[in-house]
Amino acid sequence: MAEQVLTDFIRALRSADVRVSTGEAIDAARAVSVIGYDDRQQLADTLRCVLAKSPDEKVTHDRLFELYFSRQKTTPPPEQNQAQTDDESNGQSADDLLDLIESGDETQISVAMERAGQEAQIADIRFSTQISYYTQQMMKVLGLERLESNMMDAFRERTPAGEGRAEELIEARKDMFLRAREHVKQAFDTYGAGATELFREEILSDKRITQLDRRDLARMRAIVDKMAKRLAIKHSRRTSRRNRGKLDVRKTLRANAGLDGVPFDLKWKQTRKDRPKLVVVCDVSGSVAQVVRFFLMLVYSLNDVIDDIEAFAFSGRLQNVGDILEQEDFTPAMDRIINTVGMSSTDYGQSLSDLQTDHWNVLDRRTTLIVLGDGRSNYGDPRVDIFRDAASRTKRTLWLCPESPSQWGTGDSEMLRYQPHCGRLVHVATLKDLERVLDEVLASYT
Amino acid sequence: MTQSNTSYASLTSIEAITAGLGSVGYISTQEISTAIYLAHNLRKPILIEGPAGVGKTDLAASMARFLDVPLNRLQCYEGLDEGKALYEWKYGKQLLYTQLLKEKLGEVLEGATGLDAAFQKLTSFEDLFFSETFLEPRPLLTAMQQDQGSVLLIDEIDKSDEQFEAYLLEVLSDYQVTVPEIGTIHAKVPPLVILTSNNIRELGDALKRRCLHLHIDFPEPARERAIVRARVPDVSETLLTQLVAFVQGVRELDIRKRPSISETVDWARTLLLMHANDLDEEMVRATLNVLLKHESDIQGVDREIAGVVRESLKPERPHG
Repeated sequence: MAEQVLTDFIRALRSADVRVSTGEAIDAARAVSVIGYDDRQQLADTLRCVLAKSPDEKVTHDRLFELYFSRQKTTPPPEQNQAQTDDESNGQSADDLLDLIESGDETQISVAMERAGQEAQIADIRFSTQISYYTQQMMKVLGLERLESNMMDAFRERTPAGEGRAEELIEARKDMFLRAREHVKQAFDTYGAGATELFREEILSDKRITQLDRRDLARMRAIVDKMAKRLAIKHSRRTSRRNRGKLDVRKTLRANAGLDGVPFDLKWKQTRKDRPKLVVVCDVSGSVAQVVRFFLMLVYSLNDVIDDIEAFAFSGRLQNVGDILEQEDFTPAMDRIINTVGMSSTDYGQSLSDLQTDHWNVLDRRTTLIVLGDGRSNYGDPRVDIFRDAASRTKRTLWLCPESPSQWGTGDSEMLRYQPHCGRLVHVATLKDLERVLDEVLASYT
Repeated sequence: MTQSNTSYASLTSIEAITAGLGSVGYISTQEISTAIYLAHNLRKPILIEGPAGVGKTDLAASMARFLDVPLNRLQCYEGLDEGKALYEWKYGKQLLYTQLLKEKLGEVLEGATGLDAAFQKLTSFEDLFFSETFLEPRPLLTAMQQDQGSVLLIDEIDKSDEQFEAYLLEVLSDYQVTVPEIGTIHAKVPPLVILTSNNIRELGDALKRRCLHLHIDFPEPARERAIVRARVPDVSETLLTQLVAFVQGVRELDIRKRPSISETVDWARTLLLMHANDLDEEMVRATLNVLLKHESDIQGVDREIAGVVRESLKPERPHG
C-alpha cells in the first residue's frame, strides 16, 4: 500500500513529462524507507532530490506533490486502509455509504472515496472527456444500484415517511455524485492533464503545417521550443576533437622528451570539428510562408548550437532578413517579413541571381545551403546554373519542398530541374519532418 | 549500508547534519541536509546546480571539515582527461628503474641454467614492474584510497567533455576505478561525492540518473543574514539587516550578474572597515564595485540606489 502511494505518484510524474526510470523509482522507494512518510516537507525534499532532474522538473514535481499528497492527506495510515479494503466487499458498501453520509464523518467518506477510486482505477484517466465515465464507475463501486433500489422502495411505500426518506436519498445521491466527480477531477489534474497536453502536442507535430488552425499556433511555439531543446542536447557537444589516426610526430617528440625520446606517449593529429554554418534561403510567398515560419522558428531557437546563420527571404527579390530575426521578437518580425518581402510574384531566377551578385561570399565549403520553397517560378527562367554553382561551393545543399513529389514538375514547378543539383531534396509537411531535416544537417557537422 | 566505524558515523540524522555543518560555519537548509543524508544512506553522489556563488563548492569543503576527512577536489575543464583526473602511469620512472635494474639482472639470473630456468626466475619479478609504485594517483584515485572515507568534489562537471562524463560513471556508481596495468581498485570506504554544475551545457542522462539532485538558489533573507553573521561576526545587527535587504533588492533588478553570497560577505567586510553603522546612499555608491562586477550593472543599479536603499532601511517585516 505504501508502495502503491509512491508508484502512483511516479506515474503522475511520468504523465506530466518527467522522465523517471525504473532505477530512479527504486531509489525513491529506498529513500522514502530511510526518511519515512511522517514529515511532509521532508518527504517533498526527498522525492524532489531523487526524482526531479532539472529546474523545470522541480516545478512540475512540487506542483504534483501538492496536488497528490493533499489528496492523500485525509486518508488514514496505509496499513489501516489495507485492512478495511480486505474485510469489506463492495456488496455491503451501499448501506455503509448511506450510514456514512448520514453520520457526516468526513474522514470516513474520503476513505471510502479513495477506496472506490482505486477500485474504479481512476489513475488510468487521460482525457477530460473521461471524467463523467469515471465518476459513473466510482458511483457503481460505491453502491449506486443498492442506493437507487432503496430509494425506489421508499417511493413505493407511498407514505409521507417513505417519500421523505426517498428525498433524503436523492439528496444523498447528489451529494455523493458531486464528491465522486470532485475526486475524479482531482485525479485528472494529477494523472491526466499532463498526458493530454503531451498527446495534443504529439498530434500537432504530425499534422500538416499548412492545415494548422490559428488557435494551435501558440501551442506550436511550445512544441518548437521542445524540439529545439532536444536537438540542442543532442548536438551541443561538438567541440571535442576527432582522431584522424595520423601520428603527430612533433607533438609526440615534445611529449616524450623527458623519457629520453622514447615514444611511450603517442600523440595523434587531431582536427577540430566545424561549427555548423547555415545559409537559409526561403521563399516567403503564399503557401510556403507558413512552413518557412516554423522552420526559421526552429532554426533560431537553436542559437546555442548554430550561431552562424544567414537567413534570406524572397519572393520577387532576395533580401537578408537575419538581422531582423535576431534583433526583434520572432513572431512580429516574421509577420513583417512575410508581409513586406512576400508580396511580389515569385521569381526564383531573379532571387538566385541576387544571391550571386550580393551575397555570394556567404557560401563556403563549410556552409550548408538550405532552400525552402515549392520551386514554382511563374514560368520565369529558374537559373538552374546559379543553383548548380551554389551547390558546388557549399558543403551540402538541401532543398525542402512543402509540395509532395507527385506535384513536382507540374505546371510552373521547376523542382525536377533543380533536383539533380540538390544534395538532398526532401518533402516537408509536418513539424516532425522539419526536426528530422535539421537533425540530419547538424549530424553532418559532428 | 552505513559504516558506523568510519568518520561518517556523525551523519545519523538530518538535524545532526544541519548542526554539524553549522559548527563549521556553513548555514544549511532542510533541503540541503536532506540531500546529504540521502546521499550517505543511498550511497549516491549529489549533483548540485544553481547560480555561481551560492556555496555549492563550499558545501563540499564544509562537509570535509565537519566529518574531519580529506577533501579531494577535481576541477573540471574542457580537455580534462583521465591522466589528470584518475591516475597517471609513470613511464619515465618505470623506464628508469628498468635501466637501473638491468645491471642487477645478471645477479638475479645467476645460477639459472638454461633459458627456461632464467625465464621462470624473471617471471617471479614481473609484478615489480607493474605495481602501484609507478602509479601517480590523481584526485579520483586518491579519494578511493582513503581509509577513513573522504569527500570527493568534482567541480563544474559541465565544463568537462562528454567522454570524461562517461568515464566518471564507473567511479560514481560502483566506487571503483579500473587501471589497465593493475586491475580494478575498489574504494576502501566509499567517498561522499559532490558534483557541481553551472549548467553551461546539459549533462548526459546516464550521469543524471546516477545522482541525487540538489538545486541551491540565492538564500532567503534570514539565511543570508545567518551566513554573513557567521562569516563576519563583528557586523552590527542593524547594518546586517539593512545590507542583506539591499543585496536582496539588487538581485531583483535586471542585471547581468546578480551578486552572490560571497560578494555579500565581502561587502559586509568592506562596510565594517569603513566603520559604517547604517546604510546610506553615499556609502553604497562608493562601495558598489565590491558587490557588482560588471560596469553596466554598476551603472544600471546606480540609478536605482536611492529607491533600494530606502526600501532596505524599512524595518524588517516579521519573517518576511
